[in-house]
Amino acid sequence: MGENGFNFMPAWPELFLAVGGMLLLMIGVFRGPKGREAAATWSPAHAINARSVTWLAIGLLVITAFIVSGQPIERSVIFAGMFVSDAFSIFAKLLILLGSALTLILAIDYNEREQMARFEYAVLILFATVGMMAMVSANDLISLYLGLELQSLSLYVVAAFRRDSLQSTEAGLKYFVLGALSSGMLLYGASLVYGFAGTTSFPGLAAIVADQAAEAPLGLIFGLVFVSAGLAFKVAAAPFHMWTPDVYEGSPTPVTAFFSVAPKIAATALFVRVMIEPFGALGDQWWQIIWVISILSMGLGAFAAINQTNIKRLMAYSSIGHIGYALVGLVSGDETGVRGVLTYVAIYLFMNVATFAVILCMRRQGKSVERIDDLSGLATTQPLLAAALAICMFSMSGIPPLAGFFGKLYVFLPAIAAGYYGLAVIGVLTSVVSAFYYLRVVKIMYFDEPAPAFDQPIGTAMCIVLAGTSLFTLLFFVYPAPLLGAAAVAAAALFAG
Amino acid sequence: MYSLAVLMPLIGASIAGLLLAFAPKGHGRDLAAQLATCICMGLSALLAIVIFHQVAILGQSRTVELFPFITSGAMQASWAFKYDTLSAVMVFVVTVCSTAIHVYSIGYMHDDPGVPRFMAYLSLFTFCMLMLVTADNFIQMFFGWEGVGVCSYLLIGFWYDRPSANAAAIKAFIVNRVGDFGFALGIFGVFAMFGSVVFDDVFAAVPTFVGTKLAFLSWEFDTLTLLCLLLFVGAMGKSAQVPLHTWLPDAMEGPTPVSALIHAATMVTAGVFMVARLSPMFEYAPDALAVVCIVGASTAIFAASVGLVQNDIKRVIAYSTCSQLGYMFFACGVSAYAAAIFHLMTHAFFKALLFLSSGSVIHAMSGEQDMRKMGGLAPYIPITLAMMWIGSLALAGLPFFAGYYSKDIILEAAFGAHSAVGQYAFWLGIVAAFMTAFYSWRLLFMTFYGEPRGDKKVMAHVHESPWIMLVPLFVLAVGAIFAGWIGYESFVGSRMNEFWRESILVLPAHNSIEAAHHVPFWVKILPIIVGLVGIGLAYGLYIRDPERPRRIAQNAQGLYRFLLNKWYFDELYDAIFVRPSFTLGFGFWKKGDEATIDGLGPDNIAANTLRLARRASALQTGYVYHYAFAMLIGVVTLVTWYMLVRG
Repeated sequence: MGENGFNFMPAWPELFLAVGGMLLLMIGVFRGPKGREAAATWSPAHAINARSVTWLAIGLLVITAFIVSGQPIERSVIFAGMFVSDAFSIFAKLLILLGSALTLILAIDYNEREQMARFEYAVLILFATVGMMAMVSANDLISLYLGLELQSLSLYVVAAFRRDSLQSTEAGLKYFVLGALSSGMLLYGASLVYGFAGTTSFPGLAAIVADQAAEAPLGLIFGLVFVSAGLAFKVAAAPFHMWTPDVYEGSPTPVTAFFSVAPKIAATALFVRVMIEPFGALGDQWWQIIWVISILSMGLGAFAAINQTNIKRLMAYSSIGHIGYALVGLVSGDETGVRGVLTYVAIYLFMNVATFAVILCMRRQGKSVERIDDLSGLATTQPLLAAALAICMFSMSGIPPLAGFFGKLYVFLPAIAAGYYGLAVIGVLTSVVSAFYYLRVVKIMYFDEPAPAFDQPIGTAMCIVLAGTSLFTLLFFVYPAPLLGAAAVAAAALFAG
Repeated sequence: MYSLAVLMPLIGASIAGLLLAFAPKGHGRDLAAQLATCICMGLSALLAIVIFHQVAILGQSRTVELFPFITSGAMQASWAFKYDTLSAVMVFVVTVCSTAIHVYSIGYMHDDPGVPRFMAYLSLFTFCMLMLVTADNFIQMFFGWEGVGVCSYLLIGFWYDRPSANAAAIKAFIVNRVGDFGFALGIFGVFAMFGSVVFDDVFAAVPTFVGTKLAFLSWEFDTLTLLCLLLFVGAMGKSAQVPLHTWLPDAMEGPTPVSALIHAATMVTAGVFMVARLSPMFEYAPDALAVVCIVGASTAIFAASVGLVQNDIKRVIAYSTCSQLGYMFFACGVSAYAAAIFHLMTHAFFKALLFLSSGSVIHAMSGEQDMRKMGGLAPYIPITLAMMWIGSLALAGLPFFAGYYSKDIILEAAFGAHSAVGQYAFWLGIVAAFMTAFYSWRLLFMTFYGEPRGDKKVMAHVHESPWIMLVPLFVLAVGAIFAGWIGYESFVGSRMNEFWRESILVLPAHNSIEAAHHVPFWVKILPIIVGLVGIGLAYGLYIRDPERPRRIAQNAQGLYRFLLNKWYFDELYDAIFVRPSFTLGFGFWKKGDEATIDGLGPDNIAANTLRLARRASALQTGYVYHYAFAMLIGVVTLVTWYMLVRG
């Protein structure tokens, strides 16, 4: 395969996953229940089918992850400059695949229990994952949009996956309407950029922007604002976060878990790439946008969460806050800052999966419960579960030596080094406020009168995921080098070109 | 032997303390504690007598070093026992009085539930007092100084279930803190100036500092005067001199043996001892000596005047103590340190005797302390009466009792000093002597003679104290009668110089005791005359015409109130220090901490956080168009911002 020939190798993981996803769709359709049974909302046959397809999907994700990790970390651009593969994309893809796989595992039991197990779920997740992988490998505004929409369309559907639930459909609809709006903004911004720069390719944009960094046309900056708004919607940063609480609460819990991890990481990575690669020379302009949405997100994540009684809604605000912290690293706009962002989202992935694993265990007499008060006295009824959640809560509020502390540390240090003291101070203050509601969960579990115990057992796969992620959170500080090193390499790739 | 004399009381205290902690409650434990402490004290007293003979009579002064205490740069202080005549006298007085009082306590406290605790405190106190008097450096002296302060606090508040006892204990502690603050500053100053805290080093260096100035902030002070005055502030606190005297009368809330031991015989004399010990410093600071003299004389007359009208039997004696301490101080102030220590010794005997006798009276009256409810006790408790007479005669300084020798030499020395402050002290001392005689016999007459005024139930139970309480009285009575006669020649008489040797320094120009032996005859006789007049007046008022005191009190209502309320010192302090402190503290608490710091700080932040949280949650209306609107507003704001910034 020559220089200008069809070199598919860098896109091989995406191709594999996409084809695999379609194959699974076929398997699901042909092996699943037929006739009238297939039309029914739910039947045991659906569940069996869903289970096998889901495990196959997980297998596909794992294989894809192996393929991704086998990719060369050198930068290679294909498809006429549309697609790029470098250390940064590899790092992000691995996180995305891990997030998707873990949340799929969490979903199996829950979906069966809630009588919503259908094989399409796994297939949709696979397609969304393909979209996300395309996003982080985008090297052009066009391919960016392509990946984004592939992801989003799948997500709209899974948000409403529980068709018979009013809440779930409402969540899906809201997400769709607002997502369409944000896509519109993004596209409008892209068109402005194209209009003022004459190209949509990232390297092309970078060259033009670098040329006229000092007096970039206002239209270009307007375009940048709109693109940023579209991306901020995807990462759920304030003030483009409004969909998050409703969608998180309304969607089935495994979907929420998935939303809070994989798409978030993908969108963050994309956000970072767009800001650094094509518009890096405009850093003096766009840091203000990121600065504002970072502070708004941290503040909102801290304050609005205090009054929540629903744990999923709480996690929605928590995720908004976390994005705010991650963006602190982007504000400084340098290599250590990006490394901080990547480290942050990686740690966030583990904390969040562990937390949602516990939330998925919250069920009494076969029914899921979601109120924070339902956790009362968990420490006496299920001490291990309580310990796992306590680890996550302490970690999320940033208490050393848990992983979350280091996540915050590596985003605040570059911000201080770059002179953004105000941002760092606000970040620390809001994390104090957010400690209130994280620690309240711990207090409820450990000091309140025990509520009736949750149903047991919680399932082997679930147990493994929960133990693995919470142990990572607990013991990250023992050997942080691999993650930090990988994040550093990934960040460096972004600044090489 | 020299160490053991000091350490025996500590051993006794430890045994009693361990018994309290580990032995089962009961009579056996109490008895064991009493025996252990009394035996230890007795041994200590015997050793003290031997030491007194060796050191004071045979002149073998020595310093026994135990081991280093503090070694920090130039600061070197050791645990050491310095035995010279001065400390030997003190050790002798302290151990003998303490032994008598230990034994007395067995009887007095026999039905109290806290016997081992009481005995342990008493012994611990004695140990601290001995550490104080045998110190060879300022640091150990300060250790003993604070140690006796703590014991005093513990013993005043011994009956801790009484609010008044707690209040008195706290008052004693706090007032002493004021004094100790001065003392500590003095020690710091001594170390800063002399570079040492060991007495011998400091005393050797004192003459080179005469006339030097010490700059502090923008003021300049004479070094020695300043240091001596600071140290004297400590002495004023401990020895209850005006204006730091207010704690002593209240300290009578403690059990009577405590009043006798700590607040009459020993601890309160620590200030006098300190000035005598530091005579090589004070001698070179004549201004400081003048202050000592004035404070002492003023206290002598002030306390005596208050003592005239008090009705609580122990308070009368407490004010008397205060007044006698004033005598000792003005003796020091005219460089008659030997006379001061002499009076200290005789006073220890007769004042302990008076206190223990009054304790015996209180014991007989089932705890009644108000003299207005006594009277006519003479036939019931004749031995106590005799003891009280001996004590009062000694106190009033009637011939051939102990107080006669010591008080007269003080007054003569004051007169003989031929200085303005000496004259001031002399005349005030004479008036105070008159008052002393008057209130002593007032006490005797009101308590023992006249119509019985107690209620019948109490009177029916009046009984003589048991022998265990009376024997110590006899021992002290012997001291009260003979101590002056025996000690006169050695302490202040012709053999004075061989007796004191180097332990007290008096510059030749200040030799007031020598001058005291050559004063006119009327000076020698005057104290006796005013004493007799005082007794006569008391007889006239309280035996011949018991109604008259009340009429006088009514006619001179203002003066009477003034004296009864102790010159309004407590009220004054209450208004100047206590109330403002409370107001200030209350203000800091309510307005400063709760309203300002909590209000603006934690509480306010928490409240605002919650309010913000409610608003933030309210943003989430659930309407899609609101959400879309928010997004658009965000974009518009950002775009506007860039339009404004980029122009």
